[in-house]
Parts: sequence; structure tokens; C-alpha cells
Amino acid sequence: MRNSLYKKSIISINDLKRNELELVLNKSAVLKKKSQPNLLTNKIIASCFFEASTRTRLSFETAIYRLGASIVGFSDGNNISLKKKGETLSDTIAVISSYVDAIIIRHPQEGSARLAVEFSNNVPVFNAGDGANQHPTQTLLDLFTIQETQNRLTNLNIAMVGDLKYGRTVHSLTQALAKFKNNKFFFISPDTLIMPNYINDMLDKKNIYWKRYKNIEEVISEIDILYMTRIQKERLDSTEYTNEKSKFVLHTTTLKNARNNLKILHPLPRIDEIDRDVDYTPYAWYFKQAANGIYARQAILSLVLIKQHL
Amino acid sequence: MQINKLQVEAIKSGTVIDHIPANIGFKLLSLFRFTETEKRITIGLNLPSKKLEKKDIIKIENTFLSDDQINQLAIYAPHATVNYINEYNLVGKVFPTLPKKINRILICPNSNCVSNHNFITSSFIFKKDKFHNINLKCQYCEKEFSKNIVLSYQ
Ligand SMILES: [Zn+2]
Repeated sequence: MRNSLYKKSIISINDLKRNELELVLNKSAVLKKKSQPNLLTNKIIASCFFEASTRTRLSFETAIYRLGASIVGFSDGNNISLKKKGETLSDTIAVISSYVDAIIIRHPQEGSARLAVEFSNNVPVFNAGDGANQHPTQTLLDLFTIQETQNRLTNLNIAMVGDLKYGRTVHSLTQALAKFKNNKFFFISPDTLIMPNYINDMLDKKNIYWKRYKNIEEVISEIDILYMTRIQKERLDSTEYTNEKSKFVLHTTTLKNARNNLKILHPLPRIDEIDRDVDYTPYAWYFKQAANGIYARQAILSLVLIKQHL
Repeated sequence: MQINKLQVEAIKSGTVIDHIPANIGFKLLSLFRFTETEKRITIGLNLPSKKLEKKDIIKIENTFLSDDQINQLAIYAPHATVNYINEYNLVGKVFPTLPKKINRILICPNSNCVSNHNFITSSFIFKKDKFHNINLKCQYCEKEFSKNIVLSYQ
């Protein structure tokens, strides 16, 4: 397959075509089977975390080390001299891009990764989360995990539960899965936290099935993937939170009628939306999902930085 | 074709933007930076109009707008006509059509959008929703807003 990702910046999952997603997933599988520590020797990658995000950073940095590349960077934008001296994001990126082969950026403002690309002088930029907007490598690892557990990315019934309004992972994952045929979406959330219109409109335009449901029990016997997310307390008023919460919490009893192939995913951190007992069922897959982040990130880094792949 | 009948001073050569909705003319002047020029500009506000009841009009001497500029007018003044004048005669008439993209003149309503925090210009693309309403999608934060929300956010 031609590597159309070579030298491309990875900013939004929407920028990737279906065959490019497949390319990343195939590469992730190869790297999971066989580590290739020499793929990126001699490459230097900047890890620029303008806001702290320890797990994402460690996952990216582990991926980089596993490919044999080196890292420069910072892990908390508040403590860097750039910020104290008042330098703009664009100037910072322009300077760093002259040092390195790729830039990973995490920044609290939406659109910051897209802005970084404009000033990076063709050095590829990887978005590791820009505010509430995009976090494409999270979606890649979600897709990889779904494919790995179901052996396909088509003809799937996917339930998404929790904060569907602000949860960027469910938005991106829906957008990505909508590129594959015959997937159905089951949305389960409090009334105040439903999927935004632009996602529903996109599904309608493509004639893709989606429907809102009130609780997990209603759909559990039909679904292949149960994607749980956290509801932040401050998103609901306190009575609503106490009343509604139970419908969106997963217990082992909820799983009584589950399909054998069901896998439960969660972008983590989990608070109390998945009961600890669920961890011991064969359906729980969230920790393996997090582990897959290393392979998905190795895959995307190596595809962007090396033209030819065997 | 004479355009002397217009109620503001005729120009010898240049551009007349006519049929601007009343109260928008002044805004266009600043948004499109028409005033950042040495050229002579005449503006008429609240003139009588058959089409709009009241309209604004802008005349800029010895200046011709780019297609891009003309089309960007469409977002504020969808019924505007852009007239080209030479030797007091109307030599061309253009109707703005919504462009695919609009740069610089709008502000993203998302206060956490990077375009509001850096010395960069905004960039929106036009999209139609399923009810054929016009929406604007910010190229940076990827958020989509109805046209009216963006326009009222200046
Ligand atoms: Zn924006």
C-alpha cells in the first residue's frame, strides 16, 4: 500500500481517509507482534505539552523510545520559560521545528495543533489533544482495539454511554466508524448531555442508523462494543446527578444478556461509571485498550516519518 | 447608462457597492478595511430603495474589488450589487455569491479557540445543514456555528 501519510500532520481524525485509517491499523498490528526498535533511530521528536496530560505523554514517549527515536520537550506549559517570557505559540513552534523531525503538541486551546502546522515549516505535527477539540491518536487506538477484538470495523453495533455532549472521544470515534460500512450507533446519555447535532446530521447524511436509548439494559443484547465515558459531576445539577447516574453506571448485572463477543471500552480515567467487579469479566477491555495506545502511536509516528514500509 | 440618478455624488471611475442593507454599510467599511486607503470614498446611509426600503451605498474611487472580496460581501449583504464605473458610465455589474471560505473578517464565537488568542486571522468555511441553513465552520477549532451567531459576535 502506498504510504500517503508520509510527512503529513495528524491534526484531526476527519483529515484521515478510510484507507489511511486502515494503513495505521495494519501497521499497529505489525508493531504489536514485533517491536521494531530501529525504525526511527536518528530521529528527534519534540514532545510539547503546554498542559499536563501524564498518560498521553507517557504513551507517546514510550512509543517514541520503542521506535529508537530521541525526545526533547517539556511536560507542563506553565513552567517553561517560553510562557514566562510571553512568546506566542506560533513563534515557539517555528523555533522548535528547526530542531526536530516531528512535533507532538498538547495544548488547552482548540485549534492550536492546526495553528502549529502553519508555523512548523513542513515538520509534521501530531495533535495530542487541543482543548475540547481533537485527539486523533486516541481514536486510532480505539479503532485498533475494536478491530482487534471483533476482527472487523464494519457491521458493528456500537453503544456509546455517558457524556456524549462534551466527550470528544465519542465524537471522533463516531466520525471514524462512520467511514466504515453498516455500523449502527446506540447513544445513551442524560437528556442534557446528548450527542451534538453536527454528529447526528453527519450520520443522517450518510444514511447511518443511530438512535437514543434511555439505559444500557435496553441495548445490551444487541451490541458488540460498549464505549463508556465519564460524566463529570459539574455537567449536571446535583439532583439530576443522583437521579440519573444509576442509568449510566455499568454493573455486572447489567451485562447479564450480553453477547459473547461484547467488549467494554473506556478512554480512562474511570471514576465510578464502571463498577470494579466488571473488571473481572471477559468483557472488560479498557486496560488492554490503553495498552494499545503505544502500538497505535508507534504506527502513526513511523508512517509519517518513514516513506517506505516493508 | 447613467448612474447620476444615485443620490450620492457620482464617481468618474471605480466601484459602487449598492443595495447594502441599511446600517451595514459602515460595518463593511471597517470589516473590509476599505478605509485603509488614500482613495476617495463616499458613503450613503439610509437611502430610499425599492428593493430594500432603506439601503446603504459605498463608492470607492479608482478601486476595483477582487472576486474574493466581492464574494465575501455576500455574507453581510446578500443582495448587494457591485457596479464598476468608468467615465461615469456603468461598465460592469457583479452579484456576490457566497464563497467557500471566509478569512479574517469574522471572529470565532468559541472563546477557547486558538484564533482568539494569537495574532492570527480567523478562517471559516461555509456549510449547509440538512435544513439548508448556512453554517460557518471554524478551520481551527472545527466548531460549526449558524451564520447569525457568527455575524452577531463581532
Ligand atoms: Zn474557532
